[in-house]
Amino acid sequence: MARRRYEELETKNQADSGERPPADSGDTEPRTMVAMDRRRFLSAGVAAGATVAVGATAMGAKAANPENLPPNVPEWSQVLGEAVDQAPYGAPSPFEANVVRRNVEWLTSTTEASINFTPLANLHGIITPNGLCFCRHHGGAAEVDPADHRLIVHGLVDRELIFTMDDLLRMPSVSRIHFLECAANGGMEWRGAQMEALQFSHGMINCCEWTGVKLKTLLEQAGLKPKAKWLLAEGADAAGMTRSIPIDKALEDCILVYAQNGEMLRPEQGYPLRLLVPGWEGNMSIKWLRRIEVGDQPWHTREETSKYTDLMPSGKARRFTWQQETNSVITSVAPERPLNGKGFYELSGVAWTGSGRIKRVDISTDGGRNWTTADIAGPTLDKSLTRFRMPWRWNGDEVLLQSRAMDETGYVQPTFTQLRRERGTWSIYHRHAIQTWLVRPSGEVENVQLS
Amino acid sequence: MFNFPKNIPAISAAAFGLMLALPAYASEDLGLGRAATADEIAGWNIDVRPDGVGLPPGQGTVEDGEAIYVERCSHCHGEFGYGGGSRYPQLAGGEGTLTSEDPRKTIGSYWPYASTLYDYIKRAMPFGEAQTLTDNEVYSVTAFLLNINDIVDDDVLMNAETLAGVVMPNVGGFIDDDRPDVANTACMENCKDDVTIISFAKKVGVTPDLEQEQ
Repeated sequence: MARRRYEELETKNQADSGERPPADSGDTEPRTMVAMDRRRFLSAGVAAGATVAVGATAMGAKAANPENLPPNVPEWSQVLGEAVDQAPYGAPSPFEANVVRRNVEWLTSTTEASINFTPLANLHGIITPNGLCFCRHHGGAAEVDPADHRLIVHGLVDRELIFTMDDLLRMPSVSRIHFLECAANGGMEWRGAQMEALQFSHGMINCCEWTGVKLKTLLEQAGLKPKAKWLLAEGADAAGMTRSIPIDKALEDCILVYAQNGEMLRPEQGYPLRLLVPGWEGNMSIKWLRRIEVGDQPWHTREETSKYTDLMPSGKARRFTWQQETNSVITSVAPERPLNGKGFYELSGVAWTGSGRIKRVDISTDGGRNWTTADIAGPTLDKSLTRFRMPWRWNGDEVLLQSRAMDETGYVQPTFTQLRRERGTWSIYHRHAIQTWLVRPSGEVENVQLS
Repeated sequence: MFNFPKNIPAISAAAFGLMLALPAYASEDLGLGRAATADEIAGWNIDVRPDGVGLPPGQGTVEDGEAIYVERCSHCHGEFGYGGGSRYPQLAGGEGTLTSEDPRKTIGSYWPYASTLYDYIKRAMPFGEAQTLTDNEVYSVTAFLLNINDIVDDDVLMNAETLAGVVMPNVGGFIDDDRPDVANTACMENCKDDVTIISFAKKVGVTPDLEQEQ
């Protein structure tokens, strides 16, 4: 098995390196119809579903119970449903029980220093529900009593201050919608297509409405000294996560976040206080934020030297590669969302860029030979997921679906080949290449990479 | 230019070009929070910079560091830092591998600054027992790890001065972000001749079962 971890690649041992052919081996095994691997589908009956359950999504293509279909009257039309006091904090329908975060066990040594993935194939619009936002912890999710939480600001400031959560909740606040993406999103795919699910190929991302205090507001309270050039943000978790942040970014748009999609942060998202560094690698958005030190140079912490640096083929590594690049992926057709017979489908997906706004998304159904511009009429917000959509009729043939995003600077999302030519295969982070979904005549969808 | 004194006049704030759109109260003293005491800051201020700023008093030796490492670190990182058959990071070896097909990014082969070792061990190690090592113990473990990477001698006395003086082998191995490094074009028609699949995720077979309850 060619298990490949995105973080600790250097520790892989011989037993784990392996059988997997190199991505560039010219492996062009005949693309014959492969028997469906039903384990990978979220419900049984998908193969047969091509001819039944018209109008159902592929995932919901479980055969219906005729007793509940017209002209019969289903049970839920005759008996009383659950009372209003039965679910003080609501939960999704039990029929959506498969829509959960998942982790990849072999990826990391422990599940406390690990990551789980957002189920992008099951999401709609641009907002990620709080319970489905991917989590990356380095020392587990700290449980912090807000009464005992403090934020200290010190260093090159006029006034070294300490704040309670009550202090912060009284301050002028802002609410902004931004994506938050792990720098290693897609990092398992550098040497070739590997993950048979959108959840794992692109799921280290979420997009929420974040509410809190502008970091600038807080720094104004402390008063920056003239030599202030960098901040160190530090978490209160057992990893003591720390990153250096340049002062310009801190003053531009960083937020001390206490609420997410309208409610207080979830514990796993840094409750009661986290930093949000919009558009930059998610690791910098320090959770359980306890301390901000102001200094005149970066600290070169472990997470900006040993990790979160990008090794290039030359042997040199890029450091401080903060910005998340222009990226996109089709989510309505994916390994988890096989097609359910020929006919009409909406091709839909998400695009995002740390550079600002998405300007355009093009879709190809022939592996990148020809492209059509998709509709992005929905909100196209700064450093946010942007939903794109395109009507499409599938004729039942094998197709290669791709999306290609362009940001407002004119930068166009690259191909895998272009990216690998510059960066080789060992840089782990910032893989933002065009994704290809192979749709088999059966409707099955596979993650592949093209020449 | 990033100094924001109390009650900064609106006109000079505008001159910075930074605060034009903010409500009037943004730069006022909100009267929230209080002065942090020196003790409060000292208890949490554990970071260390490459120039040695932040290193506390104290000292350690390779010999002491080895004893601590064997007891508290080796079950994850393996004897002499070569990994323990687990997936925890390999800490030693890997010299000359960064351009190979199997790069090993260890303390000796990759880390640019020795200060980061002290900072990280102090704040996060041992895994699950963070901030339990004394300053002397952190100096000792740091000395041991540098020693097994052939960076300091067996008899080094590791303290704030000697640690700040350590030059790591790969200190010159890093370049600042030079992206964008790729330039695709938004071609719309007849963009490529050859469309060949070179890689199938399905053939790798390492994806977790999506039906399995988590």
